Amino acid sequence: MFKFFARRSDLPLDRDAHSQFLPWLIAFMVFLAVLAMAGMLMLNAVAERWDQGVTGTLTVQIAPSEDPSEDDIRLRNALTILASTKAIDRYEVMSDARVLKLLEPWLGGIANSDELPLPRLIDVELHSGADLDAAQLTERLAARVPGSSVDDHRVWLERLVSLIRTVQTLATMVLFFIAMATVGTVIFTTRTGLAIHREAIEVLHLIGAQDSYIARQFARRALALGLTGGLLGLVLGIPTLMAIGYLVGRMDGFLLPSLHLAGYHWILVGLLPVGVALIAMITARTTVLRSLAKML
Amino acid sequence: MAAASDDAIIRFENVGLRYGLGPEVLKDVNFELAKGSFHFLIGESGAGKSSLLKLIYLALKPSRGLISLFGHDIAVTSRHQLPALRRRVGVVFQEFRLLNHLSAFDNVALPLRVAGAKENLVKKHVTELLTWVGLQSHMEARPPTLSGGQQQRVSIARAIIARPRLLLADEPTGNVDDVMGFRLMHLFEELNRLGTTVVIATHNMQVVERLGHGRLLLDDGNLTVKPPQPKKETVAAASRLSKGEEDALAAAEQAAIADPFGDFPDENETFGDPASLGNYL
Ligand SMILES: Nc1ncnc2c1ncn2[C@@H]1O[C@H](COP(=O)(O)OP(=O)(O)O)[C@@H](O)[C@H]1O
Ligand SMILES: [Mg+2]
Repeated sequence: MFKFFARRSDLPLDRDAHSQFLPWLIAFMVFLAVLAMAGMLMLNAVAERWDQGVTGTLTVQIAPSEDPSEDDIRLRNALTILASTKAIDRYEVMSDARVLKLLEPWLGGIANSDELPLPRLIDVELHSGADLDAAQLTERLAARVPGSSVDDHRVWLERLVSLIRTVQTLATMVLFFIAMATVGTVIFTTRTGLAIHREAIEVLHLIGAQDSYIARQFARRALALGLTGGLLGLVLGIPTLMAIGYLVGRMDGFLLPSLHLAGYHWILVGLLPVGVALIAMITARTTVLRSLAKML
Repeated sequence: MAAASDDAIIRFENVGLRYGLGPEVLKDVNFELAKGSFHFLIGESGAGKSSLLKLIYLALKPSRGLISLFGHDIAVTSRHQLPALRRRVGVVFQEFRLLNHLSAFDNVALPLRVAGAKENLVKKHVTELLTWVGLQSHMEARPPTLSGGQQQRVSIARAIIARPRLLLADEPTGNVDDVMGFRLMHLFEELNRLGTTVVIATHNMQVVERLGHGRLLLDDGNLTVKPPQPKKETVAAASRLSKGEEDALAAAEQAAIADPFGDFPDENETFGDPASLGNYL
C-alpha cells in the first residue's frame, strides 16, 4: 500500500495548491458522516429493542383524591375491571416507594408519601399477541373509577419509534448529501487539475498514453487524498462519539435504553473513510475519462 | 500513385487545414511517403510545416481531406486506437515539450512506460540511450536546469527510445550550429538506415542541399513533392551563398564526419557514434 503511494507520477499532481484543501474538506465530511452513521446505528438498536420489549404493557393511573379511603375503593374497582379483561395476562400495583422513585427526578428528595398525595399506578402486562382496545378499556375504567387514565405504552412507543425512524431517514439523507458533496468537490478539484496540466497531458497523449493511463494518475491521487482526509475525520469523530457515549451513559438508562455502538457498528464507522476515499477515486477517474474523451 | 499505397506510411488526399474560422493554412495537400524513405519538409517560416507535422502526429484533425497513417484512415479510427498509432511515431517537437517536473531519465522513459514496459527494461534502455547522447551524468537533472542543446538531446532520445517506425522532427537544427546540425542529420540518417521513415522540417536549405534526400516543399500552404536529389558537393551553382559561406559549410560537414561523436561546443560531452545507435534501440 505504501509502495502504491510512493509510485512515481508523470503529472506533478502532489504539488497542486488547489487540491491541498481536499483532505480537510473530506475530513470534515467524514466527521459528520461518522456522527450521522453512529446516531443512525444507535437509534436503530434502540428502536428494535423498544419495538419488541415494551409493546405488551400499559400503565393504569388513578389520580389521588381528597380522601385516601376513597382512593382504595377506586383502586379495588379498577383491579376488578382489569381482572375481567381477557387480554390482560398480569397486573401489579406499584408500591408507593416505587412511585416515589419514579417521581424523584421531578420532585427531588422532598417527596414523602405522608406529605404528598400519590397517584396509584398499576403495571399491566398483556398476553403476548393480544389485541387490546386501549380506548375501550379507558372508557370502562372511567365509568367506574373517576380520575383514572390509561397510559398505553404502545401508542407513545409507536410515536417514539416513528420519530426515531424519521431521524434515521434524516441521517441517511445526511450521509447521502455528504457523498454528493464529496463527489462535487472531487469533480471540481479534478477539472482544475486537468486544466493546470493540460500541456503535460497533451504531451502524454502524443506520446501514446491511453486515457486510462492519465486517469489512473488522477485516481491514485484522489484515493490518497481521500484516505488522508477520511482517516483525519475518523480520528476527530471517534473521540466525539466516545464523549457522547459517556454523556449518554451517565443518564443510566433512565429515559433511553443503554445507547451504545456494538462491535460491528464500529467496523461500519471505521469503513467510512475507505468508502469516501473510494468515492473520491472513482469520481476522479470518471471525470478525467469524460474530459479526455473531448480531446483529440 | 495508387500502386505504391501498400507501401505508404503516410498518405494525404486533398487535405486542407484551417484554424478556427481563419484562412486555410494547408490547401489541397496530396502526397504519400513510402516506408523507409527520408524527406525534408521545407518552407519559409509560416508556410505550414509545423501544421503539417501536427496532422501527421495526430495533434490536429484536418478540416477536409483524407489522412492515412500506417494504412489506417484516421477519420474512421476510433479514439481508443489512436494511442497505438501514436506509439509508432516519434516526434522531436520544435519547442521540445519536455515535462519540466520530471528528470531527463523519466522524460525519456515516458514512451516506454505509457506502453506498459517493465521497469527493469525501462531502466536499461533509458540509461543506455541517455549515455549514448552524452547525458549519463545528467539523468536526474530536470529540463529547466539543462542547456538548450542538452534539452534537445533529451527530446531526441524520447522520440527514438521506443523505436518508432516514423520519426518526425520539427526544425531540430534550429538552435544549433552547423557542425551540430550535421551531426543530428547523420543521426537521423542512421535511424533511417535502421528502417525508420524520417520527415524533418527545416528552413536550413544549405544543410538540406548537401544531404540530398526527397523533399516536400511547402509554399503558403501548397505542397509539392520533389524526388530524392543527388547529394551536392557544392551548392554554389544554385547558390545564395558566397564562396566563403560555402566553404564554411563544407568545413562544418567535414568536421561532423571526422568527429561524429564530437565534443559539444558548450560541454565536454560526447555524442555516441551514429553507427552504433542500432545497438541501443
Ligand atoms: N494554433 C494556431 N492558431 C491559429 N493560427 C495558427 C496556429 N498555428 C499556426 N497558425 C498559422 O498557420 C500558419 C502556418 O504556421 P506553422 O504551421 O507554424 O508554419 P511553420 O511551421 O512553417 O512556420 C501561420 O500563418 C500561422 O500563423
Ligand atoms: Mg514551425
